[in-house]
Order: sequence, then structure tokens, then C-alpha cells
Amino acid sequence: MPEFLLYALLSGLALALVAGPLGAFVVWRRMAYFGDTLSHSALFGVAIGLLLDVQPALAVVISSLLLALLLVTLQQRQPLASDTVLGILAHSTLSLGLVTLSFMESVRVDLMGYLFGDLLSVTGSDLIGILAGSMLVLLGLLWLWRPLLAMTVDEELARVEGVPVAGLRLALMLLMALVIGVAMKIVGVLLITSLLIIPAATAQRHARSPEQMVLIATLLGMAAVCAGLAMSWHLDTPAGPSIVVCAAAWFVCSLLWPVRR
Amino acid sequence: MSQPLIRLEHGCVSFAGQPALEDVSLELQQGEIVTLVGPNGSGKTTLVRVLLGLLPLDSGTLWRTPRLRIGYMPQKLAVHATLPLTVKRFLQLVPGVKAAEIKTALQETGALKVYHSPLQRISGGELQRVLLARALLRKPQLLVLDEPVQGVDVNGQLELYNLIGRLRERYGCGVLMVSHDLHLVMRATDRVLCLNRHLCCSGQPEQVSHHPAFVALFGDQAARDLAVYHHAHDHQHDLHGCVLDDSKPHDHGPDCTHA
Repeated sequence: MPEFLLYALLSGLALALVAGPLGAFVVWRRMAYFGDTLSHSALFGVAIGLLLDVQPALAVVISSLLLALLLVTLQQRQPLASDTVLGILAHSTLSLGLVTLSFMESVRVDLMGYLFGDLLSVTGSDLIGILAGSMLVLLGLLWLWRPLLAMTVDEELARVEGVPVAGLRLALMLLMALVIGVAMKIVGVLLITSLLIIPAATAQRHARSPEQMVLIATLLGMAAVCAGLAMSWHLDTPAGPSIVVCAAAWFVCSLLWPVRR
Repeated sequence: MSQPLIRLEHGCVSFAGQPALEDVSLELQQGEIVTLVGPNGSGKTTLVRVLLGLLPLDSGTLWRTPRLRIGYMPQKLAVHATLPLTVKRFLQLVPGVKAAEIKTALQETGALKVYHSPLQRISGGELQRVLLARALLRKPQLLVLDEPVQGVDVNGQLELYNLIGRLRERYGCGVLMVSHDLHLVMRATDRVLCLNRHLCCSGQPEQVSHHPAFVALFGDQAARDLAVYHHAHDHQHDLHGCVLDDSKPHDHGPDCTHA
């Protein structure tokens, strides 16, 4: 196997490993649009990173986190429905990112790469960053698993029982921002949420416990990475979108599979 | 009297300028069953949320026993349909709980048959019992029950109230209940607090049911036979049944502190 393909495979698998559990929370807590908004803003983060000469992935993590905090404040302060606020921010930050990048004549940016991912150009040092980021998210999720689940079941009940709900929400946003930083290179800012929600939604119909759902989602995500890369290799299709197409194919197949309960 | 579990002094809360609670003071003691009654919109849920620490007070002070263990049974549970969770797994979310304890708690509340059922598929009455079991698993010092018999059939209601009485004996915990239903609640309770944004009257069920403020709030007939009847009677009528605007809003009890 050529080296670049191995790097691509390993980084894709590392992402699938964290996208399973985090994606489950995104589905349970109805955060799909929230995730979309954060990832769309990543392009603006990249532009700022290039301007300030900060590593793009790091700039993306920081900018997503700041946007998440801004979103939470906005949702509490004004009467618009939260999907409206998310919609406004998602598209305006994406456009802001594109406009900012167009001003920077000195830097040549591979726009398609940022929007849809450039998995086959992952380098050794990229891979180390992706692995480190994924492990961090995975450890965070394992550590906070029980309180996160308690909060997801019912926030008020969790608060009465002494679960630090506000801190956990913040932690979940931080994990989300980290995953966006990791996933940007792999599937691009426009497709990140699909890797979070499609495997989790596929697993949901057949799972009998939260842990089972996470396990199935993770395995489906990994299978989608392998199949997507194979498809890209043989049919010469773009790698990131191919992975998403495979994940969506599992979803369609799962609808045909009868649910046993 | 011993140290109370919770003491609220002159608590006031308002939403968007509308007062929801006005100058409410109360104490909850260990081993005592207190029932909060009042018409819709009288601030029962608001008061409970304040006592639970979910809602900050605009003014007044709230004191709670340090590290007070509360078993809370909410009115309903907002579990999203996509979360695959059985009753067993839901109860396992209580920290440090064992499978045998879960079965005992479910047995006690009469919901053992739904042990393996998905949480979203059980009936309202079964969910109430599961939530009570969950509150018990916390080994509470104070049990807070928001409309505990909602969705439970009449036989089951009586059974649940009896059970709550037994649990108080066994765990020595204080119990705070919210209820619409006067008839059954009155039998099972030590002290009744009658709320209509402020505390209208409080005392033993017998006294309260004859109290003029209670009669004004719930209507004469309701007070006489303590039937299931709730009607916000915060005004007076003339002989034709028309509402008198300028009349005194209602009678006040001796515990009443507002103007």
C-alpha cells in the first residue's frame, strides 16, 4: 500500500473512532445544525490563522470554540428561534471566510481542499496531529461519559442530582471544536457533520443501549472510511465525499433492514 | 424544633415583570410530608424549582442543609426518542447503584415489570413509578415530587400515596409534594401549604380545608367535600354572578404576610 494511502486510512479511522460517540450525542441532543454552524465557521478560522500565522487546525479549534460561546450567549439574549440564529451564523461565517481568503493575494489557498477535504494529501505530521486530537477527544468522552449521558436524559434532573451541567455543555463544545479541527483535513468544513450524524442515525434504529449505538456507529463510520477510500482509489473520486456517500449508503440499507426489538 | 432541611425566607421571583412568587417563607423538616396545593398558575412549580436550586431568587434567601441529597421526581421526562435507553439502564445512571437495589426499588414502586422496557415505550403511570424508584435510589434526605400521581389510575393513586407515607417512615426523609388533587393528598399529608403566588394559608389538612383563604381559593363546595376541583377564585361575584372588579381579591390567613 502506498504511504499516502496508509496515512489517509489511519487518519480516517481515527476520525471515525471519535465521530461515533460524539455523533451519538449530536443526534440525542439535536445538535446537528449547531455542529454545522461551527464547522462552516472553520473556514473563517483558517483565514484568521493564515493572517496571524497560526497553525490552521489550531486556529479552527479556537475560532469554533469562540463561536460556540457566542452562540450560547446569543440564544439566551434574543427572541429569535435558535435554528434561525444558527442559520444566520453558519452562512455569514462561511461567506466571511471566503471573502477574507480572497483578500489574501499573497497566499494561495486550496479552497476545494478546505471545503471538501483533502484526505489523500495527509502528511506524516498531519497524521500525528489527527491522532493526538482524536485521542484527546476520545479520552474526554470516556471520562465524562456518565455525566454527559445523565445530562442528555434530562438536564433538570441532572442538575438537581448535582451534575455540573453548565461545565459539561462547555466541555461538549470544546470536544466538538476539537473534532472539527481534526476532521477539516479529512472531509472538509462542509461535510464534517455528516460523519457525525449519519453513522449515529444509522445505528440508532437497531441499538438497544446508548453504548451499543456508539459501538455500531463507530464501526459503520470505520467501514465507510475504508469503503470510501477504496472507491476513491478505484474510481478516482474525491476521497472525503466518497466516504460520506458510503456512510449514506449504509443508512439507506439500514432502512431496508427490519428492526428487531 | 430540629434544624430544617430547607429554609426559604421572603422569596420573590418574577418573570418579565410579572410576579410569580411574592414573599414566600417556608421550612421543610426531616420526616415531614408537606403538600403544596394551589390553582394553575399559582407558582407551585416555580416554588419547587427555587427550592431545588434550578431557579434563582430575585430577592429573599434560600438556605439548604449542606450536601442535601434530594430525590427529585419531575412531572415529565424529556428523553429524546433517538436515545435507546431501557428502564434498567436509566436507573443505572444513578452513581454507585447496584442491580439488586434497582430491582428492589422498582418492586417497591410497583414497576418491576418494565425493568427491560425502553423508557420511551412505557405508559405515563409506569414512568411515574420508575421516576419515583429513581428518586429512592438516591437515598434521599428530601423527596420532591411534582404531581406524583399524574397519569396514574385511581387505585394506583391511593397506593402511591400510601407508598410515599411508608417511604417516609423507612428513610426518615422529608417529602415535598405538589398536587392539584385535594381529596387524596389531604389524607396522606402532615402539612398543607396553600399557594396563590403568596402563601395563603398553611397548617394541618383539617384546619386548612376550613380556612377562609383556602375556601376562597378553591371554592366553598370543594372545601366542603375536598373533591377534585380547582378554580382560581381570586375575585368575588355579585348576586348575578358578575365579577366585581373592585372587590378585595380574597381573604387572607394569619400566615399571610403580604398587603
